[in-house]
Amino acid sequence: MNNRVLSLVLSRLLIAVITLVIVSFAVFFATTLLPGDTATILLGQAATPEAIEGLRKAMHLDEPSIFRFLRWIVGLLQGDLGTSYANEMPVADLIGGRFVNTLQLAGVTALFSVPIALTLGITAAMLRGSLYDRAVTVLTIGVISVPEFMIATSAVLIFAVYLKWLPALSFANEVTSLTDLLRIYAMPVITLTFVISAQMIRMTRAAVIETLNTPYVEMALLKGASRPRIVFRHALPNALGPIVNAVALSLSYLLGGVIIVETIFNYPGIAKLMVDAVATRDLPLIQSCAMIFCLGYLLLITTADIIAILSNPRLR
Amino acid sequence: MTMTHSETKSARISGTRLGYRFNIVGMVGLSIILCWALVAIFAPLIIPYPVGEIVDLDYFGPMSRDFWLGSDYLGRDMLSRILMGARYTVGISLAAVTIACFSGVVLGMIAAVAGGWLDTVLSRFLDALNSIPSKLFGLVVVAAVGSSIPVLILTLSVIYIPGAYRFARALAVNINAMDFITVARIRGESTLYLIRSEILPNIVGPVLADLGIRFVFIVLLLSGLSFLGLGVQPPYADWGALVRENIGGLPFGAPAVMAPSFAIASLTISVNLLIDNLPKKIRDRSE
Repeated sequence: MNNRVLSLVLSRLLIAVITLVIVSFAVFFATTLLPGDTATILLGQAATPEAIEGLRKAMHLDEPSIFRFLRWIVGLLQGDLGTSYANEMPVADLIGGRFVNTLQLAGVTALFSVPIALTLGITAAMLRGSLYDRAVTVLTIGVISVPEFMIATSAVLIFAVYLKWLPALSFANEVTSLTDLLRIYAMPVITLTFVISAQMIRMTRAAVIETLNTPYVEMALLKGASRPRIVFRHALPNALGPIVNAVALSLSYLLGGVIIVETIFNYPGIAKLMVDAVATRDLPLIQSCAMIFCLGYLLLITTADIIAILSNPRLR
Repeated sequence: MTMTHSETKSARISGTRLGYRFNIVGMVGLSIILCWALVAIFAPLIIPYPVGEIVDLDYFGPMSRDFWLGSDYLGRDMLSRILMGARYTVGISLAAVTIACFSGVVLGMIAAVAGGWLDTVLSRFLDALNSIPSKLFGLVVVAAVGSSIPVLILTLSVIYIPGAYRFARALAVNINAMDFITVARIRGESTLYLIRSEILPNIVGPVLADLGIRFVFIVLLLSGLSFLGLGVQPPYADWGALVRENIGGLPFGAPAVMAPSFAIASLTISVNLLIDNLPKKIRDRSE
């Protein structure tokens, strides 16, 4: 790794940090836009003005919002996520176990979708223009242009209602055996895999096709190399960077999908927690969940960019 | 592929007034879109039953002669509700995409023409905005200010301004490097004149195609938010909200659950088909 690559990577990391600051700013101020006074909402209409004043002081609501923002950020950095309005529990405790659940769901989905999507994407690119390629392309466009909940409801309809293979709802805390585990994860994972794979197949296919259009691949073709040899020896090693980039980018679509999937399947993850928090207007909980999601999203996008930089042979 | 085939054909018989010719798939897409547009405009005149009225004794009724798409969880006619839902889904999305693309394109052209620090600051800021996942952005705003139709329109457009901006800026930067812009600059034309009369006419085709794609994203996001109960609020219901209120019928395989989803899919897939089959002339002048 030379200096140029290092400086590019560092500047990308710097941009990520700046973005994170802007994002946290946006999240904090969006949630403090709430019409009405938080203390009044918490104590109800019947509270005395003294009680409201006292609570405002205790919650630092009387300070300028920039100080509250700094206090919040410092708290976040120290691992203090605040206290939930709705049930007086520390936000960190509420999030803890559910965060692991969501990570498990995301991990299992990645485990399934990456190999499937790469196989389909690369083979479709190899057989470009064939009936198989057309079928894959049409299918992916179809999946991309329908809402996630339609895929989820269709999966329930097919696997739970008509075929009766799987239960419609999942509860991750009632696991006693391996088959239970499979049955509980199956539906959310199938749905998410569809959503993620469609994105990944499209991007992978585009990346491989771009490589196949390069002059050195044409050279290999003219020299008489067989089709598999062209793809596996000449094209794929060079397409590897863009492919990994595509994988990381598509995994960031997990975030949008996971919100819908956890809600529809009642999965006790962090996204379900956040949707419930929005319903009860539990601001500290919403802020923390939003920050976790943004952090995850930024992490994936930044990783994708850095991989793209590192894999570019012209920079080595 | 089919694309090149249809292109040569359209080049040969470009006899239509617009000078463009769609292939059959594009035509199908266009006619489905027009259908939904007409439904959205004339919905109150064509619905068979009033949307709020309980007309079926059975809830989650099956498809029948009287109720073409069955009935919902209260026994209301599903077809009428979907036809009326088109107004909210199409109307809100159209309003949001218009605001998003107008602001994004204007800002993008200004950034490309002005350049310098304005360009840098605007691009950085909008990029940062872009790195908040869209559904999350919607959730946070709805949590903060509550959900009403104006709030939804504004939120959806803010979410998609960065994308429109980036797209328009990339196109405008290319145009900005051309000789006729330099000539116009030397002539002493103002920035307003440059973006209105020199740049805009040259990017309007791809920008309109981009508007279509963004419209699909907005329809999907709006439906997703409504499905989570954070979008259009009762008594009004767009297609996403219709799926949400009837989700209880899923175990019975009621048509009320899937019908609104199919409505969304028909709209979004048609827009995608139309955009994909637009003549290359309109579609991408960017590359």
